[in-house]
Amino acid sequence: MNEAASSAAYWLPIVFIGLMGLAVLVYAILDGYDLGVGILLPLSEEDEAERDTMIASIGPFWDANETWLVLAIGLLLIAFPIAHNLVLMHLYIPAAIMLVGLILRGVAFDFRAKAAVGHKLAWDRTFKGGSLTTSLAQGYMLGQYVMGFTPGWQAQLFSAVSALGVTAAYSYMGSAWLVLKTESQLQERAVRWARRAGRATLLGVLAVSAINPLVNPTVFDRWFSYPLVMFVLLIPTLCFLAFIFNDILLARLPKTGDRHCAVPFAMVVTIFLMCFTGLAFSFFPDIVPGQLNIWQAASATASLKFILVGALIVVPIILIYTAFSYRVFRGKATELHYH
Amino acid sequence: MLDTLILSRIQFAANISFHILFPTITIALAWIIVFFKLRYDQTNNPVWMRAYRFWVKVFALTFALGVVSGITMSFQFGTNWPGYMARVGNIAGPLLGYEVLTAFFLEATFLGIMLFGIKRVPSKVHTFSAFVVAVGTTLSAFWIIALNSWMQTPSGFEMRDGVAFPESWLAIIFNASFPYRLIHMLLASGLTAAFFVAGISAYRILKGDTKRAPRLALKTGLVLAAVFIPIQIFVGDLHGLNTFKYQPQKVAAMEGLWETEKGAPLLLFAIPDGEKKTNHFEIAIPKMASLILTHDLNGEVKGIEAFPDDHPPVAPVFFAFRIMIGMGLLMLTVAWGGCYLLWRRKELPRWALKTLVAMTFAGWVATLAGWYVTEIGRQPWLVTGVLKTADAVTKIPPSHVGFSLTLYLTVYVILLFAYIHTLKVMALKSVKVEEFETEEPRAGGNLTNLPKSTQESSKGDSHE
Repeated sequence: MNEAASSAAYWLPIVFIGLMGLAVLVYAILDGYDLGVGILLPLSEEDEAERDTMIASIGPFWDANETWLVLAIGLLLIAFPIAHNLVLMHLYIPAAIMLVGLILRGVAFDFRAKAAVGHKLAWDRTFKGGSLTTSLAQGYMLGQYVMGFTPGWQAQLFSAVSALGVTAAYSYMGSAWLVLKTESQLQERAVRWARRAGRATLLGVLAVSAINPLVNPTVFDRWFSYPLVMFVLLIPTLCFLAFIFNDILLARLPKTGDRHCAVPFAMVVTIFLMCFTGLAFSFFPDIVPGQLNIWQAASATASLKFILVGALIVVPIILIYTAFSYRVFRGKATELHYH
Repeated sequence: MLDTLILSRIQFAANISFHILFPTITIALAWIIVFFKLRYDQTNNPVWMRAYRFWVKVFALTFALGVVSGITMSFQFGTNWPGYMARVGNIAGPLLGYEVLTAFFLEATFLGIMLFGIKRVPSKVHTFSAFVVAVGTTLSAFWIIALNSWMQTPSGFEMRDGVAFPESWLAIIFNASFPYRLIHMLLASGLTAAFFVAGISAYRILKGDTKRAPRLALKTGLVLAAVFIPIQIFVGDLHGLNTFKYQPQKVAAMEGLWETEKGAPLLLFAIPDGEKKTNHFEIAIPKMASLILTHDLNGEVKGIEAFPDDHPPVAPVFFAFRIMIGMGLLMLTVAWGGCYLLWRRKELPRWALKTLVAMTFAGWVATLAGWYVTEIGRQPWLVTGVLKTADAVTKIPPSHVGFSLTLYLTVYVILLFAYIHTLKVMALKSVKVEEFETEEPRAGGNLTNLPKSTQESSKGDSHE
């Protein structure tokens, strides 16, 4: 009995950090593309039709996409309440700014279509501004997290680089989504955006990958200890190859018959997956780098079991109806209509 | 002086007050929309479809505001109230988790199909999506009310080393005040949505809309309100009796009763004075409070004095309670009067329509007042008998909280203005357009942009 209980106390936090990791990854990918679309929104008068199409491409999804953030932060709150407190206490101001960004972009999406004609452009500006604020704040928070919330200008500088990197990565994701979901002129524009955003993202990833092990000795040891190094270096290698391959492919898009229009999106998903794995590998089992591990932060076993039962039943159902929704709205966004 | 505690309390109150405005509408509006769609499926009468199409847009806008203001809530616990999760996280966490898992994803995903999928899925699947969205909104109310009720009347747990551990999840969820609070809130949502629908429809008719759809919606709203309001008064009374049993200090504050009395009077009006522990300018009905609470003219009602250092501030609870009751009685008069006029005259006179327009957001006032009664009435506790509000607050400097509070308040004021203004624009637009934004989609047509297509059609008219 006692042994069973203590083993549950061992594996439940691992299961929950896995679930939370999944939620964070899915959030970064899904809200990544719709934040990216927001960041890329062109604002001149003659771009109105393109703005409509771009926003139509994310219309049916953005709401559910943001729910993954609520799930991720909710899992942190439920499973690792001490870490939730610690992290959000350090990130108080950027979190508040991010929330305001999320609020503004979310409502702008609905207001733009329903407000008076004269206000539409103002709401489009709000949508873009809100998306940009959100992604900069998220990148900044990621930077702070990786630096273990240490004070000082180095940490601030790193967080600034991370803010730009995440914004570039979301733009990359957003433009790849547009390559998949749009056609003709807008698609060609999206291809150009994707190439530029891809290169910016690569710079960001390189900077973060170089600085992270230099400032965190434990991370350095973990990555560069023989013989594991041979295996784990696969992660950055694959990531780098995906960047190169995607850049070459994008130079040839769009192809006749719109072949391979989904490949850039798949490549960016791969890149996100690799970056995420890299970060997870750097810090596991710490939930607050260098301060707190998942077992120290976990809540009561009985509570984790209660929520796990529900999660195991509900999460597959969520995945199924999410897939159903994407199936319903498959194809190019120009065919998407408000009714 | 404004310290972190009071600023955090103001911020939490601001966030949750702003948030609740939108779910209060959408929980019941979702069901009203399902009703419109079902009626259309049954009768094939396009007027139901028109009602559906107008209201589904209002729903989408309201829902979006609810979603984004709700995201803020999930951060609040960690940012401002770390002591809350540290003490009762084992209980609160799973309840919040189930809300996200069973409700948020459901409503968000099917909302996409409901709003944009009508041409892409069979009509039955579409109606089903609308139904699922409604189920999702109601489920979300279920979980969050379960948690709130547990904070009011906690049960099914034990304390070990100052931390709450779950013992029985059924006892936690179905705690003493939960059934009353859930039904009271669902009915509050029903009333809010009913007056909201009736008010906006009345506005359209006043502005010269001659179509049938707003009249149908007006009737739906009025009839719903007339049915819900007496049930709500009855359930509210039961809820009050439940509070009297489990949180007597809250009832003492609601009644403005300072000293324990047999045959306590019902105060219609008074100005409670917290320092002198007495009321000024009392207008009272003798023995009424005892009769209502104990069903005995001379029953004993405990006063604030019976709970030294363990009672809420009297004045805000006292006034909020009277605002809620007053609003309820006003709703009763308007809903029944409106139904009577509708039955006798078929078409409401202009003054009645104007009254309904004035009552559009009556539900907001009553709902907020009701929540202030129950939430301020729980003080000084955050979780009754388990955790005091002052012990849960964060240690971050007041300037940080001041910054975020200013940020939120500014955004909320702008958004509330934009929301009401946009509702007005949508209503006015629907007066002019035969069918609100319901052009058959054509390939390459401008679609996401309603204003342009309306402009085009009005230009076309002037050429003819």
